[in-house]
Amino acid sequence: MKKFLAILLSVLMLATLFASCAKTPSETGDPTPGAAGGETPSGGTAKPLNIRVNVAAEPMTIDPQLNSSVDGAIYSHHIFEGLYKWEDDGEGNAILVPGQAASFDKAENADGTITYTFKMRDGIKWSDGKAVTAGDFEYSLRRLADPETAADYNYLIDGIIVGATDALSGAAAPDSIAVKAIDEKTLEITTVVETAYFTELLAFPALFPVRQDVIESAGDQWTFDPATYIGNGPYKMDEWVHNSYINLVKNENYYEYENLGPESIRFVLMDDANAMLTGFRGGELDFIEDMPVDEIPALLDSGELTVVPYIGTYYVSYNVQKAPFDNALVREAFTLAIDRDNIVDNITRTGQLPASAYVPSGIADADPSGADFRTNGGDWYSIDPADYDANCERARELLAEAGYPGGAGFPTVEYLYNTSANHEAIALALQADWERVLGVTVTINNQDWGVFLETRKDGEYQIARNGWIADFNDPISFIDMWITGGGNNDAQYKNPAFDALVAASRSETDPAKRMQILHDAEKLMQNDFMLGPIYFYTQKYMLNPEIDGIYYTPLGYFLFDHAYFK
Amino acid sequence: MIKYLLKRVLMGILALFAVSAITFFLMNLVPGGPFLSEKAPSAAVLAKLEEKYGLDKPLYVQYGNWLKDLAHGDFGVSFKMQKNRPVTTIIKEMFPVSLKVGIYAMIWAIIFGIVFGCIAAYHRGGIIDSVLRVVTTLGVVLPTFVTASILLVLFAGGVWKILPSIVGAHAKWYAYILPCFTLGLSPMCNIARYTRSSMLDALGQDYIRTAYAKGVSNRKVIFKHALRNALIPVVSYIGPMTAYILTGGFVTETVFNIPGLGRYFVQSISNRDYPIIMGTTVFLAAFVIVMTLAVDILYKFIDPRIDLAKEDE
Repeated sequence: MKKFLAILLSVLMLATLFASCAKTPSETGDPTPGAAGGETPSGGTAKPLNIRVNVAAEPMTIDPQLNSSVDGAIYSHHIFEGLYKWEDDGEGNAILVPGQAASFDKAENADGTITYTFKMRDGIKWSDGKAVTAGDFEYSLRRLADPETAADYNYLIDGIIVGATDALSGAAAPDSIAVKAIDEKTLEITTVVETAYFTELLAFPALFPVRQDVIESAGDQWTFDPATYIGNGPYKMDEWVHNSYINLVKNENYYEYENLGPESIRFVLMDDANAMLTGFRGGELDFIEDMPVDEIPALLDSGELTVVPYIGTYYVSYNVQKAPFDNALVREAFTLAIDRDNIVDNITRTGQLPASAYVPSGIADADPSGADFRTNGGDWYSIDPADYDANCERARELLAEAGYPGGAGFPTVEYLYNTSANHEAIALALQADWERVLGVTVTINNQDWGVFLETRKDGEYQIARNGWIADFNDPISFIDMWITGGGNNDAQYKNPAFDALVAASRSETDPAKRMQILHDAEKLMQNDFMLGPIYFYTQKYMLNPEIDGIYYTPLGYFLFDHAYFK
Repeated sequence: MIKYLLKRVLMGILALFAVSAITFFLMNLVPGGPFLSEKAPSAAVLAKLEEKYGLDKPLYVQYGNWLKDLAHGDFGVSFKMQKNRPVTTIIKEMFPVSLKVGIYAMIWAIIFGIVFGCIAAYHRGGIIDSVLRVVTTLGVVLPTFVTASILLVLFAGGVWKILPSIVGAHAKWYAYILPCFTLGLSPMCNIARYTRSSMLDALGQDYIRTAYAKGVSNRKVIFKHALRNALIPVVSYIGPMTAYILTGGFVTETVFNIPGLGRYFVQSISNRDYPIIMGTTVFLAAFVIVMTLAVDILYKFIDPRIDLAKEDE
């Protein structure tokens, strides 16, 4: 018995030892994140708000130039500020207004390039109190253009800023791009042509200023420590507990410090939809973007879930190089046979719009009437539910024309998607549509995300799930990816006429003519039916009903810097 | 004994080496890569990234470099999940969290498992025994996510709002109740079942009959005489249980948002974050090897009949 007691005792001692090891250095004195009874906002007016938000799990990076994710962009938008920024229009929609720049002049040069001269706003400072200068922007844009930085989103300035194309390919030095700090308050940027979405690019995280001195001293570790993660935006990071939360507090050096909303914004890092909803229900989260799919209809009915537009398209990619989808008639038949209403009404169920074409609604055109690109571009086919039978009839005719009357002789084809309950439900619906309408045999197959990406990119598929979200509000964001050999050209589309139009759009200086070129390019995609649009995305969220003042850009960014208790 | 230990340690190192080699080449065989995403980076960017992280070199060179770095205690930096952060820092930060939850789960599983097992044996055939049998069977077969969901619905917002559902780092002690209960439930029930059956076995032995004949009370016979022998199979279960609790914490850690290593271990694979895959696999493998060895040694102390040195001949 003594021996047993001794063993028990040593096991317990070992356990205590482990438990004490388990304490992290910063464990003492910190408020428990989202613990019951902690900072629960419950009623009361003008109460200081400490908002707790979930938009994603641990971000891959919060370096504005390296970031390529929506969640990383949301964090960057709170911690940094570009020459332009997003602001609430009073109705929850984000509009572009000057940020770190007070104003700019625009002048056309003899060679057709445009020089923008930005005057910096007075009193702009970094979170450590140093002044933000034009030189900071010059450094950051060169950093973006430097191939050594290996920034995913450096293509944003490709063909926009003079010299960027050569710098990105390494043919010229990064400091050869046409970005120049004339003095501390004046910045000159020269663009190849007049770009409709240039100010929007200036509000994109990849073009935010970063601090040369901290990056040069801390290297690629600068984002991990609040002491070196210095920003110029409304909030600053005061704590990052990896895989748990990123805590932001007001930046007292921000020029509009007095007008800021929450005392703190805590981005809780989570990846399980069930846990998010439970956390929201339990009052531990004030805002969530994701919840279990099965809960969505009930949450919509109860009014707890809000749906907003999101500029993106869910579609099927046909591999246009591989039989039988190398035949445009087959592709058109498959596209027409899709029952989009069934998919948005019974499967996705969060207000998605059946897609009548590829470029989604909500993208600006050059039309003075304000009509968007989709309205002016027209539909590829009718999405009126009353016309679905006619679409199916036409699909059968097309398939017969392609040599497969009633589906006879058509090989078994495979639809590929990445493993997920939602994508699977859509895959089953598509399979049913194609088999019922066209009399063909379709198998469905799923792959793990990493494998799927490679299979699709390499064109090792026949039909695959696909989706595209805009980076900025311009149709080129959806169109130029389909040029021959493009890195995202999963359809393996090759059309010299299309390539020529994309090239022409890049050098066209007249906005109306440029839009017409892009419409023409989309027409070519339509003629070839190189993909099959399904629906236009929406974004969903749940917000604590006691909180107001959050705003949103249709590119997927929610902003909380002016949130308040009602 | 020393010879046995040395031999076990050497075998452990060899096993680790094999685990690392197999993991390395298998993960590189799987299609996909760390830098692919819905929006593919340009070829120039991709080439730079591969150069930066050494992925442009042949596989055997990459593995050699990995081993070389490991010799300096360096697991490399994450490519993706926490871009550019050293893997050792990530493990140092996340493993203690898994360990903390795991240890608490183990302590309650062992204590309650043994007590319930003894009680069931003591009341063999009675109502209490039947009830415990149903409860422990349920506890063993219920998948972790079901247990977690039921607990969450009951205590974290559904029926009562008394415990947090998001544990996170720096959580207060009571935040650990639900995840530790979830994680420990199945091992607890297993221990209870093992204890009960081995206890019944022990109670049939001659020395127990002798104890009864000497007029020792029922309670004393069970807890003093029978329990020691009944514990041997239980101890042998604790080894694999440790591995289960520390690597099988994936579901618990995901559901309760605990920033532990179990979750990362699984996620790193779908993210193709090679250094994290290698780092977590080798680290957890080493941990399991050490724990198994510890249990084998513990075994000898509990049952002097076991001769470690002889066993390995």
